[in-house]
Parts: sequence; C-alpha cells; structure tokens
Amino acid sequence: MSLTVDGLKVYYRTLRGDVHALDGVSFTIADGEIMGLAGESGCGKSTLGNSLIYLSGRMKYIEGRVEIDGEQLPIWDFSAMNEYRLKRVSIIPQYAMSALNPTRKIGKMTAELLRSRGVAYKSVVGELLRRLELVGLSEDVLHRYPIELSGGMKQRAVMVLSTILDPSLLVADEITSALDVSTQKAVMEMLSEFRERGFVKSTIVITHDISILYQVADTIMVMYAGQPAEKAAANVIIESPRHPYSRLLISSLPEVGVRYDEKRLVGIPGTPPGLLTPPVGCRFSDRCPVAFEKCVEQPPFVEVEPGHFVACWKES
Amino acid sequence: MLKLDNVSKVYKVGAFGAQELVAVRDLSFQVSAGEVVSLIGESGSGKSTIGKMILQLSPITRGTITFDGTDVSRLKGRALKDYYRRAQGVFQDPFSSYNPIFKADRIFKMIKDAYFSGVSRHEWESKLEASMDAVSLDASQVLHKYPHQLSGGQLQRLLIARALLLDIQFLVADEIISMLDASTRIDVLNLLADLKDRGLGILFITHDLSLGNYISERTVILRHGVIVEMGATAKVFGNPQHPYTQMLLASVPQLHRKWAEIEADLLATPTETDGQRRPISHVDTIAAVELDALDSALVEFESDHFVRRSGALAREAAGATTETAT
Repeated sequence: MSLTVDGLKVYYRTLRGDVHALDGVSFTIADGEIMGLAGESGCGKSTLGNSLIYLSGRMKYIEGRVEIDGEQLPIWDFSAMNEYRLKRVSIIPQYAMSALNPTRKIGKMTAELLRSRGVAYKSVVGELLRRLELVGLSEDVLHRYPIELSGGMKQRAVMVLSTILDPSLLVADEITSALDVSTQKAVMEMLSEFRERGFVKSTIVITHDISILYQVADTIMVMYAGQPAEKAAANVIIESPRHPYSRLLISSLPEVGVRYDEKRLVGIPGTPPGLLTPPVGCRFSDRCPVAFEKCVEQPPFVEVEPGHFVACWKES
Repeated sequence: MLKLDNVSKVYKVGAFGAQELVAVRDLSFQVSAGEVVSLIGESGSGKSTIGKMILQLSPITRGTITFDGTDVSRLKGRALKDYYRRAQGVFQDPFSSYNPIFKADRIFKMIKDAYFSGVSRHEWESKLEASMDAVSLDASQVLHKYPHQLSGGQLQRLLIARALLLDIQFLVADEIISMLDASTRIDVLNLLADLKDRGLGILFITHDLSLGNYISERTVILRHGVIVEMGATAKVFGNPQHPYTQMLLASVPQLHRKWAEIEADLLATPTETDGQRRPISHVDTIAAVELDALDSALVEFESDHFVRRSGALAREAAGATTETAT
C-alpha cells in the first residue's frame, strides 16, 4: 500500500468553534493507483489533499494515522514534514498558475526550491529538461518569468517541478478548473503519463468534475460533508454506484447527447449540513430519499465487495 | 427578436492604444422568442464580450445589434431604461454580483425604485412572490439575509428572479452555473428551460459543451471572436464539420466513453469533405483553424447548419448550392 489513511480528523479553527472539515477519513491507495476525489465544495476534499502535505495555521490536527510506504507521516509536525515534502509527498496546488513566484525566473525559482530540499540543481537539471520536453516545453521556459507563459504552460511547468524528485504520492488539486477543454485533456493525460514513466508512484486527483475522473482515475472516492461516502473502481462508481449520494450526483450530470426535453435531469434537493456542529448519524440522511430509522447512527465505511467501500446502512 | 449584424469589437491595447485587439469579428446571428441559443467558446473567444455588447455594458465598434427592430446602441436615457425592462443579464459569479454590505434582497428594492415607484406595496409583494415562485425559492428562507448567508444557487436564483420582475423578454445568461455545485446546477439549468417555455429568448454563454447541448435549440461555436460553426444543436453536435468543433467534442470528458475510444472512432471515419483523417490533436487543429482565419466564410452545409470554410472551399460550395451565409 502506497498510502494508508486511518481515522484522520482535521478541524479548522474559527472564532465560532471548530469546523469539522475532515471527520474520520480512512482509505488506502495502492502502488501506482490514481485515485480521484470527488464531492461538492466544502466537503473536505481539498482539506484532505492539503493535510497530507501542509497543515496551514488555521488547520488543527486532531487524530488519525497517515502512512506512506509503511512509514508514518508526521503531518502534525510542520518542520518534520520538510523531510517528506517534494521528496515523498508532493502537491500541485489549486491555483498552481499563481503558485509561481512572479519575481523569479522559472529556472532560478527551481534552483531555490531544490536547494531548500538539500538537492543540487546541477544534479537534476538534465532530468528537468527531459521532463519539460516531455510536456512540450522547451529549455527556454527556465529563462522566463511566469508572466511570460500562458496558463497551460504554467500549469505544465508546475507539474514538472512538483514531481521532479519522484515523490511516492502526488496530490493534484483542481488542476484543470481554469483551463480550456482541450488543454484540460492534455494536462489530465499527462498525469497518467507521469505514472507510466514512474515519476510518481500514486496520485490523488481532486476535482468537482466526475467525468474528468472517469477519464483518468483508476478508483474514485466520493466525499460528503467531511467523510467518505463511497470508494470503488472508476467504472463501478459511474455505472453502478451504491451510496444514494453518489447515485443522485451521477444521475444529475448532463452529458453530451442528453437534452432536457428528452431526459430531464434532477438535482439533489437541500444543502449539505454545516460542519461547525455536524449532525449525528449519517450526514446525508436529511437529503436522502431512502433514509430510515437506522440512519440516526453513523454508518461505517465498509467493504461491500472487493475494493468497493460504502458508508450506508442500506448497503452494509 | 434579437439580431446581431456583422458585429465587431476592437479593443485598443498597448501604450496610447497603439495596437488593436479584435475581440469579436463580423459576427451575425439571431435569437428568437422562446429559444435558447448557446454561445460556446474557450477563454478569449469573445463570448462574454458579446453578452456585454448586447446589454450595452460595452460599446460596439462596428455593426448593429437590433432588438425588435430598434438599434440598441443608439438607446439613451429613458429609451435605454425601457430596453433594460425587456432585456437583462445574469453573470458568472453570484458572490461578486452582490454588495456584501447590504442584504441580498436590496436588488429587488433597487428595481422597485427604478421601475415600479408608483406600484402599491401590496401589488409589489404579490409580484415579488410570483417571481420568487418562478425560480422556486422560498421567500422566508432568502429575504432579509446577507449574501454570505445564502448559497450560490440561491443567490443566482435571486438574480434571475430580479430579472423576471421586469417582464423581460430576453436574458443573457453568462456562465451562470459554472460556479455552482453539481447537485444544484442542474436545477438552475432546468429553470432556464422553464423560462424558455414561457416565451423567453435566452442567450446561454458557456464553455461547457454538455450544458449547451442539454438546454439549447441552436448552438454557436466561437473561436477567437469568429463563428466557426453554428446551427441546430443536434446537427452541430451530431455531425460536427469544422475541425475545431470536432476537437472540442473529442476533448469533452464524458461519463461513459473514454477519450481513447472517442479518438479511435474519429480516426476510423473519414470526413465527407476531404476524405482525410480528421485532425485530432490540439496542435493539428490550431494549425487547420489558423489557415482559414482571414480568407474564409460561413457556408451553409445543410439546412440550419453553417460551417466556416476557407476562401477557396467556400466559393466552391457557394457555386454548388448558390447559397452563402454572411
């Protein structure tokens, strides 16, 4: 297992109390697996991605265990994590395009980044150029400022930088939401290319767009209100989802070829619960069409079929 | 109802406006009552500029936009206010459309002060209720609240309700659901379909092909301010002719078909026009499209389906069918 997360709880500190952004998340990612993480905004998917790399000041680690290649990841200890960042775990942040330092040329920024990790720029520059070429960028970009590159070029440059030290785990957080459909496809295909070439061992792809995940991910985990709702192989989630939330979510997605006068899609009524004081029991129950008495208890996230995990009393 | 004739928009850029940037070039199409036309394009294609020009938020450089026969660019003062009574817009980001200092329902009060100052309180309230009903909002849940207390879907529906207060006939919907969550966006989309059934003309501006396909009767595909293909949605999506449209359709992530399968299909079927394999990759398509950037014209490929062809091909086709579109 490349990554094992067990009972992870991370809260946000606010003036009104703690927001339970991640409330008991457990899952595993196998070597070479690309796991897609889907869900509505505020469901904790970005918090999960960030907490594996970098806990910002507002985030508070409560409990839970994260293991990478069998070794415990000290995510609560900011400075101890420096040993792991970029080398073992790495992230392409949500606004990767603005993650580049505007006052440094790309090459100089890379050199500074590597030095901070104790790696000499000279020792990786050959590999860096090879990888830039692979994603369709010339050596020239190293001598340019970020402002001189287009959005797609910056995105690709950041992808190469994030993976230059061959991390075990790469978290790609909404990397395509600001890109055009054609560029989006190229960037996503690059992610699987990186895996094929062994630049990264396993990847977590975070996006709100499930149809993109179907294209590149091996497995998909659907999150709802800070907890995992369902995890299974990508085609199983799309073709035969078992959690009521994933079923409704997937049936509400318009596709090319579907027209409203032929097949009227419906949304999910209601809104997700607030996480300042999360409800007890199943958090989807007040929007769920099949909720029953048992749903006042918290459903466990159990394996109903090999590799298919669901948190619903109806299915377990 | 709404008609655009050879509309162009040129921005002056650089020091002292020394350079020109053509955002929209010679664009003509129309939207009738009870019809949704989707304007699809990638970033920088000029789709939002067109919406702004229609609503007179941005001046037109060349060409005319007419609404029920009147040229909207000449409207001023009372006539312009009257135009806004009939044509309104809703924009992308519901969170920045509101002033966060005031309660969200202030947008209704502004409409009342501007357009319905003589209406009695009772009459106004029943009017407000009717338009809130039309967007399926519960008044008790949304009135007297601040924008941050409401969800994106609720805010976006409040903006549509505001537009409906004015007995509008035409709505510019510029990316109105791209900021919404998957579980609520489809409800806003269905709402647009209901409004259309009540006789509203809607210009649906989007970058998402699947949304455009879901809701619209007719589709206009834009690239760099130029229409590359337009016509009935079923024809444009079912039988795309322009390489750019084909590339877009091949890149849209679909739920039940993978990219690899789509590419294999496209490579197996030669195009009718030239018998060659269709260009698929982004770079190929850009090259193919750049070629005909200037010397080209929209040609009627079949009824209600126009495709941009390079000059020579266009003249050939014109000779064959004696029908060219402007």
